[in-house]
Amino acid sequence: MPWVSPSSTSSREGKAFRWVTGAAAALVLLAVAGIAVTLTRDSWLSIQKFGLSFWRTTIWDPVAGQFGALPFLWGTLYSSLLALLLSTPIALGIAIFLSEISPHALKRPLVFLTELLAAIPSIVYGMWGIFVLVPAVRILEAHVPGWLRATPFFSGPPLGIGLLAASLVLSVMIIPFTASVAREILKAVPFHQREAAYALGATRWEAIRMTLYYGRTGILGAIMLGLGRALGETMAVTMVIGNNPQISLSLFAPQYTMAAVLANEFTEAADDLYLHALVEIGLVLFIVTVAINSLSRLLIWRVGGAGKRSASASAVLG
Amino acid sequence: MRHPIRRKAVSAAFVVFCGASVLLALIPLAFILFFVLKQGLPSLSLDFFTRTPQPVGEAGGGMANAMVGTVVLIGIAALLAVPVGVLTGIYLSEYRKSSLSTAARFAADVLNGVPSIVVGIFAYGLAVLPFRRFSALAGGLALGVMMIPLIVRTTEELLNLVPETLREGALALGATRARAVFRVILPAALPGILTGVLVALARIAGETAPLLFTSFNNRYWSTRLDQPMASLTVQIFTYAISPYEDWHRQAWAGATVLIFAVLLFSILARVATARLERMHRP
Repeated sequence: MPWVSPSSTSSREGKAFRWVTGAAAALVLLAVAGIAVTLTRDSWLSIQKFGLSFWRTTIWDPVAGQFGALPFLWGTLYSSLLALLLSTPIALGIAIFLSEISPHALKRPLVFLTELLAAIPSIVYGMWGIFVLVPAVRILEAHVPGWLRATPFFSGPPLGIGLLAASLVLSVMIIPFTASVAREILKAVPFHQREAAYALGATRWEAIRMTLYYGRTGILGAIMLGLGRALGETMAVTMVIGNNPQISLSLFAPQYTMAAVLANEFTEAADDLYLHALVEIGLVLFIVTVAINSLSRLLIWRVGGAGKRSASASAVLG
Repeated sequence: MRHPIRRKAVSAAFVVFCGASVLLALIPLAFILFFVLKQGLPSLSLDFFTRTPQPVGEAGGGMANAMVGTVVLIGIAALLAVPVGVLTGIYLSEYRKSSLSTAARFAADVLNGVPSIVVGIFAYGLAVLPFRRFSALAGGLALGVMMIPLIVRTTEELLNLVPETLREGALALGATRARAVFRVILPAALPGILTGVLVALARIAGETAPLLFTSFNNRYWSTRLDQPMASLTVQIFTYAISPYEDWHRQAWAGATVLIFAVLLFSILARVATARLERMHRP
């Protein structure tokens, strides 16, 4: 740092400046630590009483004081992974189109439009889900042929609300995140990689495949960042998943997620054990999303130079 | 070269797939905007902007208290998050390599990925549980915590965009580091930092989950910070999942107001960022 002159750092003003800005930075650290501590404190009763059986049992009966969170864990993982399956090819397609294929004039407006998807509030996705998507899904489900209905994945009455609707909404919601980070990763792949591929006579797809291979860890990071978003998404999922704590393979079945049970039951938690059981669900959601986000950042950082830019891109996106 | 035709066909199919992906993502966007406007615009009325909700079962009324509530909540959040976020951004850009910087940058990224409902539980434990009362302050705290990482990262990024020559000039004239930052660097990046704040505001204005059990809801006028406070998003949620046709209409109207506000903020922010990048990047 050539601009750091000794006089400017050793002066009293310089020290005060470093101290004040540093205190703010420390506060950000403290906020993360504060979340961990508060959530652990407020879930202590439940952690002590149930231990790991909390996550292995399926009966959620607040009146009887029985709390098993497995159905919520199941619904969260199932809906998020399905959403990931649906959204990843599309998000990568968007990233590739915008970074490698799109005509220059189209690029800016298309980037803006795809990122608008991220700006739409979750509650609006939820409303659209209830009033437009769910009726459409119901019609779709009613037309699923009988031999498919016989499989466990499509059994049950066509209600519209349920896991499929939730995963569809989720996939639309995470597409802009995955796409924008993947685009930054592709941008960071050195240009001579492509030139070399084309020079050897590669077709467009073959050149892009090289680029993807070069940025594979970063792209995996982008996908995981999307997963982190999906796991914690609350309002839109709450409004369309049906909020029924059951473990089912069926995409038609109303299920429940960790975030949704928090949104629905938190203000109803009459006794301490109930409240602590809910906070424990929040604590696990916190730990899991922090782990996934940290891992995805590490993967993204490994693609040289892309880490900082993509992190800020996702920060701007929110 | 074997199968040149097949290779070209595969390549063309792939290009088509990528283009189709873009279209596929834009379809829901168009659908959502279309439905919100179609359902919401006819339900917007003067009453909607000036009156409070009617008692359950009676038609009419508006969401004026909720709109004011949202403004108050994001005001509290901004008061909390802007100083912390901007100062942290300055620290990260001035002392890039210090270990506190690395840790704080990582913490901001972690915080950015924490689900909003979890931030809500945190604010509940910190500001609702001890006082045994839902309050606007608790809601503002939750939203403020969510704003901080966005402001930190945009501030840092935009300060880094300011050309080194500006700083060198200030230092050469004998300015201290603090003065160089506050008098020269910060003003040069100010439009960008405002952009970051706008983006953060746009994001938290649409948040519902962390408010459900912090500021809760309030069907009456209230500007008291230690009491439950209405917000547009929580009101939309309550109305959307209710069985009443009139409330559904109002929820759509609320969604329209929300979408307009959020889009306005996002577009303003993007225009400002584009201008700033043009200014500072050759």
